[in-house]
Amino acid sequence: MSEFARNPPTRRFGDIIFRSLALAFAAIVVAALIGIFIQLISSSWLSLRTFGLSFLFSTEWNPVTGQFGSATTVYGTLVSTLIAMVLAVPVSLAIGGFLADLAGPTLRNVVGTAIELLAAVPSIIFGMWGLFIFAPFLAQYVQPPVQQVFGTFPLFQGPPIGIGMLTAGIILALMVLPFISAVVRDVLMLVPPMLKEAAFGLGCTEWEVARKVTVPFAAQGIMGAVFLGLARAIGETMAVTFVIGNNHDISPSLFMPGTTIPSTLANEFTEATTPLYLSALAELGLVLFVITFVIQVLAQLWLRRLARYSGSGR
Amino acid sequence: MNNAGSSLAPRAAPAPLVPRNRIWRRTVNTVARGLSFCAAVLGICFLAWILITVVVRGVGALQPSFFLELPPPPGVAEGGLGNAMLGTLYVTALGMLFGVPTGMMAGVFLNEFGRHSRFGGMVRFTVNLMMGIPSIIMGLFVFTIIVVPAGHFSGLAGGVALALLIVPIVARTTEDMLNLVPPTLRESALALGAPRWRVTFGVLFPVARAGIVTGVLLALARVSGETAPLLFTALNSPYWPESIFKPMANLTVTIFAFAMSPYKDWQQLAWGASLFITAVVLAVTIAARVILHRRTP
Repeated sequence: MSEFARNPPTRRFGDIIFRSLALAFAAIVVAALIGIFIQLISSSWLSLRTFGLSFLFSTEWNPVTGQFGSATTVYGTLVSTLIAMVLAVPVSLAIGGFLADLAGPTLRNVVGTAIELLAAVPSIIFGMWGLFIFAPFLAQYVQPPVQQVFGTFPLFQGPPIGIGMLTAGIILALMVLPFISAVVRDVLMLVPPMLKEAAFGLGCTEWEVARKVTVPFAAQGIMGAVFLGLARAIGETMAVTFVIGNNHDISPSLFMPGTTIPSTLANEFTEATTPLYLSALAELGLVLFVITFVIQVLAQLWLRRLARYSGSGR
Repeated sequence: MNNAGSSLAPRAAPAPLVPRNRIWRRTVNTVARGLSFCAAVLGICFLAWILITVVVRGVGALQPSFFLELPPPPGVAEGGLGNAMLGTLYVTALGMLFGVPTGMMAGVFLNEFGRHSRFGGMVRFTVNLMMGIPSIIMGLFVFTIIVVPAGHFSGLAGGVALALLIVPIVARTTEDMLNLVPPTLRESALALGAPRWRVTFGVLFPVARAGIVTGVLLALARVSGETAPLLFTALNSPYWPESIFKPMANLTVTIFAFAMSPYKDWQQLAWGASLFITAVVLAVTIAARVILHRRTP
């Protein structure tokens, strides 16, 4: 008893330190995020003041005359991401569905592990492969025949050099593919077997079970996976920088070189000489930050709804 | 399916319970199965193509000189990326040094004190948001807070940029893993009169160790292949790393520079570095999985 009486103050003292330390480090994390936002605004202040809102809509990007606008890079970012998602989402759903419902335990383990490992491959590897292998492959075997058939469409005009918006989109799709597939598989595995068995018991085929039971049940989780993949694709730097061509023009053709916000930053930031140029690049960063921030917040709110819905509480 | 066309019936008859054409349904199912299988094969083939390319093109560069020598001038076939390898080691170690303790303590806060508080929710939200912020933005941020005031690029700045990527990953896994520890253990320790810090570090951490180590390894795998946050922070250097306050050579930025160069020898070195970094990242990822699976069979 006497020991108990003696010890609490020291214990409380230790715990106060423990608590304040933990609190301090947690506060650092929050401060970092706020700091990123403040620093991006203050570094792009010059550009914000010079161009105002017109920065968002101007297609001009001319370091020589000091005219900067973000429309071309935002366009490139959105289009390359859109291509990536259009290609990656259906294939990821198929892979996830295959792993969760069709493959046997051995195949599921092997392919599942392979997919998870591929999600860890650094993005610069995808960029290297895109530049040296995939772009020449497209230029030689894919683009000329496509142009022969659909050459009159503006979508497929331009030099068949293999570098451009379409290539960047495909590389991005390959990059996010393992990521989305792995999450989709996990989500589909969470569907209670009872539901599936009931549907099978009524005589449904596998396709009908997937379409009417599994996917509707897992729809929110799948949306979450797509959101996470989208956030990853939109901010990806290296995989895109190698193959997009860094060209500040908006072209309707998918074969034409373009640019995205991260690739513009990677290519031009260390070469920017004037304060206005640097500031305009920082404002591009700010635009990217805001775009990903909004996507993340939407994804978080969505996943939170999902968590409440499936009752895991968090 | 429903024969509502008949005007004589007072109301449309319910859909008959007779199954639709069995052959049609079977065909649709087979086609769907086939497509799903093809998609899986297609995706895996592309990804295998990438890995095989990296191995085939890179393996020729991996000689002893590759690990020991400085990069050659263009057009010279010998030399290596020893400096970049050492630099990557330094920058990554710095990132881990700053990032892992911060992430761990933030995770501890989330699990111990932030479970039901408003601030805890805010920290958790921030951590999730930070996981989705593009890594190049981290580079930009560190450029403005360290490189600009110091007046030059530095390995230290590169380490801080990587730490910003490590923190959310480690914080998330630490919280999740501590949360998985059975509450009875914590309650017994508290009932014995142990202070909270001892409960956390003496009881919960040893139990959750495998999971936390996995999180740290996954964070390591993630940042050791990162390029974008180093572009404006550590930059690059043709020399051996001397001081963390100077620009520092590193593998990924060197890959970027050499791959974009017109020189065949440099491109060859870039492939070698790609193979090396891929092998390291995959090895760390596999180690993480093995540790986790051994713990939870």
